[in-house]
Amino acid sequence: MVVVSVSQRVASDDQLARLLQIGIVLEEVVEARTHRHYQQLDAELDEEVEQLLADAAEESAAHRERLETLIEDLGVDSVPFGEIESLVDARYGRTRPEDFDDVLYDQLCNEETAYKFYDDLIGAIEDSDVEFSIDREELVATLTAIRDEEAEGVREVTEVMERR
Amino acid sequence: MNTADQYLKTIYVVQDQEDGPASTGSIADALGVSPASANEMIGKLEERGLAEHEKYKGVTLTDDGIVRARDALQTYCIIERFLANVLAVEDFQAEARELEAVIDDTVAERLDTIIDREPECPDCFDPETDACSCLEIAAAPVEPEQ
Repeated sequence: MVVVSVSQRVASDDQLARLLQIGIVLEEVVEARTHRHYQQLDAELDEEVEQLLADAAEESAAHRERLETLIEDLGVDSVPFGEIESLVDARYGRTRPEDFDDVLYDQLCNEETAYKFYDDLIGAIEDSDVEFSIDREELVATLTAIRDEEAEGVREVTEVMERR
Repeated sequence: MNTADQYLKTIYVVQDQEDGPASTGSIADALGVSPASANEMIGKLEERGLAEHEKYKGVTLTDDGIVRARDALQTYCIIERFLANVLAVEDFQAEARELEAVIDDTVAERLDTIIDREPECPDCFDPETDACSCLEIAAAPVEPEQ
């Protein structure tokens, strides 16, 4: 049995970079799944859901780019999108969303999970007194902006779900 | 994963290794905390009905505690598999230990959608190597004897 960590704070540049990489993968999962759902439901796509999925994919791509800039500044490579896309495809190749409700529910989970991830990450950075090689204020401001957009995403999906 | 879940996971693994109640000392050692801190958290777990502490014997998880501990172990396996198979992290055990406190269960569930976990998870967890025994990557490379 090996000693585990019980501290909820980011302790180094490397750990921060790894967490940002995880953020990128989460965004890539959203993009790949959204694209897949979009394709699968294409024939009967509802305009409101279509717009929601398009916006979500665009937002995830923008978040990914912002995270990529941060980790580039830390001197770490990000995970290529094609790799994540093929993993999502391999896993979902045999399944299809049943209907719009499934797609919306999935999208809600995406937004909620991303919100939770960024919120925890901001907390763990704020609890840490480590000096990172990138500007802390800028880092927290970027992550806070992304988190707030995820919160807005949760609100938007919930509203569409309630209307249906 | 919150601190309580980290304790539950540790108690579950120590109980399995010791084949009986987990001693406070072993729990504290495994978590890298003082016995006093371990005692305090064990008291909280008892209050929540997740563990039972018998003096001079040790800690035993209740049925509810076992469910939570297995969930936590599963989350840990997801983090390890994700680091090893998706991010190709060589020392994935050490990084998983560092990251587990910061990764929430809902986030792990999302990461789980792109990794292939075996149905026997978390029984596949091997405390000796601190890794899932089904991982394709050798968790604890053993030098072949010449």
